[in-house]
Amino acid sequence: MSGNTRRRTGALIAPYSIWALLFIAVPLFFVAYYAFTDNSFGFTFGNIARFFTETSRETGSRIYIDIFMRSLKLAVISTAICLLLGYPLAYFMTRASAKAQKIMMVLIMIPMWMNFLIRTYAWMTILQDTGILNGILSGLGLGKMHIIGTESAVVVGMVYDYFPYMVLPIYSIMAKMDYKLIEAARDLGCNGAQVLRRVIIPLSIPGILNGVTMVLIPSISTFYISQKLGNGRFFLIGDAIEGQYVANNLHFAAAMAFILMVILLVAMALIKYLTGRGKYGEGAKA
Amino acid sequence: MSKELIRLKDVSMQFEGETVLDNINLYFNDKEFLTLLGPSGCGKTTTLRIVGGFLVPTSGDVFFDGVRINDVPPHKRQVNTVFQKYALFPHLNVYDNIAFGLNIKKVPKDEIKTRVHEMLEIINLRGFEHRSVTSLSGGQQQRVAIARALVNNPKVLLLDEPLGALDMRLRKDMQQELKRIQREMEITFIYVTHDQEEALAMSDTVVVMDGGRIQQIGTPEDIYNEPKNAFVADFIGESNIVDGIMREDGVVEIFNRKFRCLDKGFAPNEAVDVVIRPDDVDIVPEKDGQLKGTVTQVTFKGVQYDIIVDFYGFKWLIQTTDFCPEGSKIGIKIDPDGFHVMKKSHYSGMFGDYSSYSEEYDEISENESEEEE
Ligand SMILES: Nc1ncnc2c1ncn2[C@@H]1O[C@H](COP(=O)(O)OP(=O)(O)OP(=O)(O)O)[C@@H](O)[C@H]1O
Ligand SMILES: [Mg+2]
Repeated sequence: MSGNTRRRTGALIAPYSIWALLFIAVPLFFVAYYAFTDNSFGFTFGNIARFFTETSRETGSRIYIDIFMRSLKLAVISTAICLLLGYPLAYFMTRASAKAQKIMMVLIMIPMWMNFLIRTYAWMTILQDTGILNGILSGLGLGKMHIIGTESAVVVGMVYDYFPYMVLPIYSIMAKMDYKLIEAARDLGCNGAQVLRRVIIPLSIPGILNGVTMVLIPSISTFYISQKLGNGRFFLIGDAIEGQYVANNLHFAAAMAFILMVILLVAMALIKYLTGRGKYGEGAKA
Repeated sequence: MSKELIRLKDVSMQFEGETVLDNINLYFNDKEFLTLLGPSGCGKTTTLRIVGGFLVPTSGDVFFDGVRINDVPPHKRQVNTVFQKYALFPHLNVYDNIAFGLNIKKVPKDEIKTRVHEMLEIINLRGFEHRSVTSLSGGQQQRVAIARALVNNPKVLLLDEPLGALDMRLRKDMQQELKRIQREMEITFIYVTHDQEEALAMSDTVVVMDGGRIQQIGTPEDIYNEPKNAFVADFIGESNIVDGIMREDGVVEIFNRKFRCLDKGFAPNEAVDVVIRPDDVDIVPEKDGQLKGTVTQVTFKGVQYDIIVDFYGFKWLIQTTDFCPEGSKIGIKIDPDGFHVMKKSHYSGMFGDYSSYSEEYDEISENESEEEE
């Protein structure tokens, strides 16, 4: 590349670079700056250390590590449920008529157009002890279920919120898949299950990884859902950050955000590495 | 003699009420190289998909070795397919693509290895086993697709325009290669193409199709020398087709002139279509000619000249090694075996007139038939 073209390319991407600097790098810098400073803005590892070491006075367990592990657990469960429900749905969507596919797509997207606070409140009215679900259950003579305030309620909320982000990437990969490949597999002796295992799933891995990333990351840092559907009993890492922020402990809030971010970045890099390796043809080398 | 392996009996196929195959009756012999030949959209792929088990005919039956197999799914048929666009698995390398069918059948690993390497040898891709299929050229992908099907030792191999994407040169090589493989491995090939030259060069039997119907079944020689109607005559090679009257056995009249021919068995004075192949015409001085015409166009084709000659307003294509300048008057002679007489059909009058002949003749007609689809 001649110096001239390089300069021109530089000029072309300059606006984007400024944009990225303003809206990505600067906030990140301030998060890091607050994370590593104390109230008088002197350098410290104290906030970071506090996250890993602070113990509960009653039980002696590590408060924030526990909260993080709980967030991780609920996020993984929600992601797994989204995948188990979303993958077959995406598959059946690609098999439906073009019209049915459009309708299903709209149905999946409608909840995304609603504010998520409203969605969460809707689930509260459904899951409450005196709510719609229990109304139906007792109407059917099946007795009542206590869901609100349990981890299950939080998982239900998260699955509902993030489900489209699982279905859509998988669907878009599957819709692009060449139907002839499925016929070729049938031709070479595969029954339905073998076609799925040997052709459809391997080819949809990029979509699965995308979906998992797009559900796991927001659900690990989710807050509010846990407060409302968990009756505030299931403090998640997102709630902890919010709580410290509201209590004006900006430095500790920033430290937690920073740690979460680093963990997520590492996880994303890992997923990206796996996706890259799964790219067609590579990875398959013996 | 080879025995019958597959039979299509009264097979019709409709898509959304539209008839795509109309009462097909056809049998495929064991170890035979049979080609389905016809223009785009005539139902070749559909016929193949019915044999492969990907489509169930709307009516009629499919028999394999005498057993009705209409409802047997593809993975339970002793048939493998080379698809029109290869359909190689992009997530597998060359080796795993070829080994796919054997892996499904749980063939022991050692045996898979030997058989895949044998196939790589046959298709001339030794050393390519670890290459990604997406990194291969069209011709190489083609050969992998053939190997992936052949390695399963199918009784029947279905090939849907397998050489369609290759350039002329490679196409010719692969034709030879496929023919050799078919002979050596003694497999029934059902081959689809819309290239008549390819069909004639490779097949034991050619089935000419048009509009979802079989127009003619026969050996390449039969099809070329004894076309049944104007469609077949025109589709297979170049043909001049003119209206004629069969005066008696061995005498046909065209342009109000009687000619000796070899055809017989028509009603006296029956109106017929008469085919004269461009290379069956001898050019003679004008005074000696049975017919006299004017050369209106000359094209050099390497081996011969293609000339267009105007006979009484009807234009013929004649192939000759003698140079006749444009505008010259010539006479022609046709030997009795140069005529081929056909019964009138609904194709009569649609083909065989070179009035609109140009360099692009073939291209134009192909484009037109594609638009029809
Ligand atoms: N699944 C389908 N639904 C509706 N119409 C179809 C379907 N499959 C094929 N057809 C129609 O059937 C006709 C024959 O198709 P087919 O694919 O058999 O043609 P072909 O002879 O293989 O042509 P080509 O040389 O272009 O491959 C076409 O008009 C096509 O549009
Ligand atoms: Mg076809």
